[in-house]
Amino acid sequence: MNRHNFVTFAAFIILISIFPLLLGTPYNLSIAIFAGINALLALGLCILMGYAGQISLGQAGFYGIGAYISAILSLKLGLPVILSVVLAAVIAAIAAVILAVPALRLRGHYLAVATLGFGEIIHILLNEFGPGGPSGFGDIPRFSVLGYTFDTPVSFFYLTWGIVALIMLFSANFINSRTGRALRAMHDSEIASKAMGLDIVSLKIKVFIISAVYASIAGSLYAHYITFVSPSTFTLFHSVLIVMMAVVGGISNLWGAIVGAVIITILPELLRRFEEFDVLVYGLILTLSLMFFRKGLVPIIAEKIKKLKGAVLAQN
Amino acid sequence: MLTVFLQFLFSGITVGAVYALVGMGFNIIYNATSILNLAQGEFVVIGGLMMWFFSVSLKLPFLLSVILAILSVAIVALLMERLTIRPIKKTDLLLMIMITISVSILLRGLLMFKFGKDPYGYPPFTEGEPINIFGAIIQQQALWVIGISAFCIILLFLFFNKTIIGKAMKACAVDATAAKLVGINVSQMVMLSFIISAVIGAIGGIAITPISLMEYDKGPMLAVKGFCAAILGGLGRGRGAVVGGFTIGILESLTAGYLHSGLKDAVALIILLLILFYKPAGIFGSASVAQLRKF
Repeated sequence: MNRHNFVTFAAFIILISIFPLLLGTPYNLSIAIFAGINALLALGLCILMGYAGQISLGQAGFYGIGAYISAILSLKLGLPVILSVVLAAVIAAIAAVILAVPALRLRGHYLAVATLGFGEIIHILLNEFGPGGPSGFGDIPRFSVLGYTFDTPVSFFYLTWGIVALIMLFSANFINSRTGRALRAMHDSEIASKAMGLDIVSLKIKVFIISAVYASIAGSLYAHYITFVSPSTFTLFHSVLIVMMAVVGGISNLWGAIVGAVIITILPELLRRFEEFDVLVYGLILTLSLMFFRKGLVPIIAEKIKKLKGAVLAQN
Repeated sequence: MLTVFLQFLFSGITVGAVYALVGMGFNIIYNATSILNLAQGEFVVIGGLMMWFFSVSLKLPFLLSVILAILSVAIVALLMERLTIRPIKKTDLLLMIMITISVSILLRGLLMFKFGKDPYGYPPFTEGEPINIFGAIIQQQALWVIGISAFCIILLFLFFNKTIIGKAMKACAVDATAAKLVGINVSQMVMLSFIISAVIGAIGGIAITPISLMEYDKGPMLAVKGFCAAILGGLGRGRGAVVGGFTIGILESLTAGYLHSGLKDAVALIILLLILFYKPAGIFGSASVAQLRKF
């Protein structure tokens, strides 16, 4: 992590710490918690799509696995919550390997459609065989570690965004590691990186596992926050939303994923006053931002700031 | 025993016909642009809902309503191509997929605003007793669906193989640059591909609505089934989508009947994954041709 990134990260931590003090109404906190959960989903996708160049329209499947497995293990088998979360992540990782081995031979449209198919199958399975069927089940224990239960909105806010910060640190280090550089090489040209002796297949599988684990953790957080899960949360529409978050913020920028997640989470809340118009306005904003802010918000703003700095320096 | 089987088979063929139409719509646009148009399902939905609007709400004559409904879907497709597909550079696959998805969300928003969340239906094209074949009951409307689909499919084959415009569109699919060099207006062909697939989508929607009703959010599932059909037969192959559509329709209906009705929608997806993993080029596609495609 270089100096510039360090400053950004420190600012991010400060922002997280003071948010509940400044704007800590229960309503704001609950939106912020959802934004944090979505940020985890978007971060996983950002590494997968922005850095490894692999498309996934099935992230909601892993999200659902994380939520359901963790909820079932802690509620029905009485395991400690933290253990259930870890086990859910392991199962999501195994599912990712099972999907990745055949799927990653595919490219472009075919990969997009295959991951979409995976996500929809998970949705259908949850609908048919999940406890409670289409209406889901509740009474899931709240998140607790070593006897401390995160049962207030403020504590859960810190838990969620603390995990986001940790995952952010891990991701930033990961993409600057040897594997991360190999990924970017693979994104630019698969053939060239193959010729340089990179093991493309194991690289792709690694990234797929990472993104699935992030999504699974997000799902577990969701389940232990709301204490109720139903299949309607883990749909194709949510997979698309996750892609939107990554794209709106800037697909190959980790901060972009977080910014995108926050924007896409807040948007429906702001659009609520439009009532029946909300889906319409939502679609309109997405279409326009895809057409006119193709690079994503964070890279565009970063460029603007650079230009401004340049102008100021030139004046002096 | 046979009766029940036939009953499932016929209902499978009926929905399969619609999947085949959606699948062909995918292929036509994919061939002209290398884009998978994920708003294809919305074309079907708009067709059905506009037909209801013109024939039930405005009480226009049947044929006029059909023409107006098809026309409105064609206009939607034309606007979509003009406003969202044409301005973007077709280099970024992800962007193209996301644009068609966001247009489909936009269209769903419009439909929900206009029609609300209720399902709509209208009377079948012809009144009359259902037909009895070995004890299996077939509604007259089901025959309409199958007949109209068959008619569209034949018409499309004639168009692509016998007319000069159809051949020009095929040429664009093979190599857009070469097509340009021999004087084919490629961007017009792209526009035409959107209009044609919108029209066949609309026809499918108009025909199936009396049987299965239509609501604003049916699009995504239709799109998924349609491209299962297209991929099963080999993406870009007209004949493939027809076989794929009927196969998926029939398997779906047999699963719902004999296994578990909730797994109906999973069948198409499982077939899709199996095909993608073991024979990505589809039944009729060739692997070497598929590798030559950019996406």
